[in-house]
Amino acid sequence: MTDTTAITRLTAAETAEKIASGALTAVEVTEAHLARIEAVDEKVHAFLHVDREGALAQARAVDAKRAAGEELGPLAGVPLALKDIFTTEGVPTTVGSKILEGWLPPYDATVTKRLKAAGIVILGKTNMDEFAMGSSTENSAYGPTGNPWDLTRIPGGSGGGSSAAIASFQAPLAIGTDTGGSIRQPAAVTGTVGVKPTYGGVSRYGMVAFSSSLDQGGPCARTVLDAALLHEAMAGHDPLDSTSVDAPVPPVVEAARAGSVAGMRVGVVKQFRGEGYQAGVVQRFDEAVAVLKELGAEVVEVDCPSFDLALSAYYLIAPSECSSNLARFDAMRYGLRVGDDGSHSAEDVTALSREAGFGDEVKRRIMLGTYALSSGYYDAYYGSAQKVRTLIKRDFESAFERVDVLVSPTTPTTAFPIGERADDPMAMYLADLCTIPANLAGNAAMSLPCGLAPEDGLPVGLQIIAPAMKDERLYQVGAAVEAAFVEKWGHHLIEEAPSL
Amino acid sequence: MPGITREEVAHLARLARLELKDEELDHFAGQLDDIIGAVARVSEVADQDVPPTSHPLPLTNVMRADEVRPSLTPEQALSGAPAQEQQRFKVPQILGEES
Repeated sequence: MTDTTAITRLTAAETAEKIASGALTAVEVTEAHLARIEAVDEKVHAFLHVDREGALAQARAVDAKRAAGEELGPLAGVPLALKDIFTTEGVPTTVGSKILEGWLPPYDATVTKRLKAAGIVILGKTNMDEFAMGSSTENSAYGPTGNPWDLTRIPGGSGGGSSAAIASFQAPLAIGTDTGGSIRQPAAVTGTVGVKPTYGGVSRYGMVAFSSSLDQGGPCARTVLDAALLHEAMAGHDPLDSTSVDAPVPPVVEAARAGSVAGMRVGVVKQFRGEGYQAGVVQRFDEAVAVLKELGAEVVEVDCPSFDLALSAYYLIAPSECSSNLARFDAMRYGLRVGDDGSHSAEDVTALSREAGFGDEVKRRIMLGTYALSSGYYDAYYGSAQKVRTLIKRDFESAFERVDVLVSPTTPTTAFPIGERADDPMAMYLADLCTIPANLAGNAAMSLPCGLAPEDGLPVGLQIIAPAMKDERLYQVGAAVEAAFVEKWGHHLIEEAPSL
Repeated sequence: MPGITREEVAHLARLARLELKDEELDHFAGQLDDIIGAVARVSEVADQDVPPTSHPLPLTNVMRADEVRPSLTPEQALSGAPAQEQQRFKVPQILGEES
């Protein structure tokens, strides 16, 4: 096979199979994707850094292993786009911020190490909202990313570079991080699959911290099976992360291959519809629920009253944790330093460097968190937000006594135009309305495509939420729904995306 | 709850070590006021007898064996330093001239 376009349109599972059988070499696959990046990324701007040499070296190593008759991992030789929030030894890691421009990390994140050990080829680092704070990737200090379905619209955020990379066939796999929806919302608006594993399922070591009790890395792909294969490659206990769950990785690949909902109980979250929800989103969601019924699931409505307070609690908890986490950017040990001319004290240099290095949204959240944690306001804001978190956990617990998974639209609307919400933080925050509760409670959740909204022709996402450490249920249900849609449409939704 | 004033933003910025410009103070005061106004709804539950949740996992201290392991070399640890001297991070003056 020498047709490079055909190579870039393969799924990760197909690519791995062809490399294992010798039909393709890992170098051919990598070169095809590098050529695709060269051809389209000027328009999309999914990548902040392309590591051509590193990628080809890894591909050659996989081919050499195969030639030597060594056993290859299930994703060996498959290219991947890595969100620029994971440290990569000797390869720039900016977190979308000027404060880390030019920084070369001296170590690999655990996720990076696992990808390399699995023979996965890291093509480069993807664009993101600065420090993962945002829902549109417009907060990147390095300029926005376009949505491959319509380049004038946002690809979601914070992981818009990762979702855009796979939706534009620049890579079959990508990795994101999800603090309030930063994997699932980009997946929804680009017609791809994204999974936030159970909190603690994937190591946070070497993943630049935003809100430590919410942050979770996870897989992005074009199919449910591909997401499962990547999930298995990146997950598992890590002694370097004290919040990493010391338990076996849920059997996600097996579940994705089985893909059945017969006899399962599915709950439709009552709170996630109504005012603010686009008609076409609700229509496609209702059709997905009808598909679940046809496939043999028992569907009931579930009331989760505390979810109405989730967005408010999130925008107190996440900024509070971020104001503390980002204190490490003090211009002393690494990162940008401004004003060190002998006339400023260390403290002044810290303040000048942070002013110059952080963008508006990061400054807003640091100050919001500082406010919420300050004496006099702590009980009313941060304290109450923590109580809301308990109430949300309880809502989930009682829901999961009645049902196996919950479903909702992933986002209230399809992709909005770049610039539309850029200077209206509250409007931007509403993009995460449906995704936030799973972060607050630590549950596993997935978004997968359920069609195009009739009014604008843009992708709509179906969200599935499972109890903690029951990640396999996402894949079991997701694969069944995906198969039903592929049968109905005759192809995966992503096949309808413009060729660019 | 009181609205967020320009002076309050200046105070928060000082606490957070952000040397904000004058025009930023006005811009952020309006936006922070809007956000706080919207999220203040959480105080609806302030009087409820509900325990707080700070983390999704029931965490206790996680200890590891006290063993020597490979770690960064001094060169690696200092590789991102804005300034260094004699294998140390070099920082601007911390104390005032008079002290």
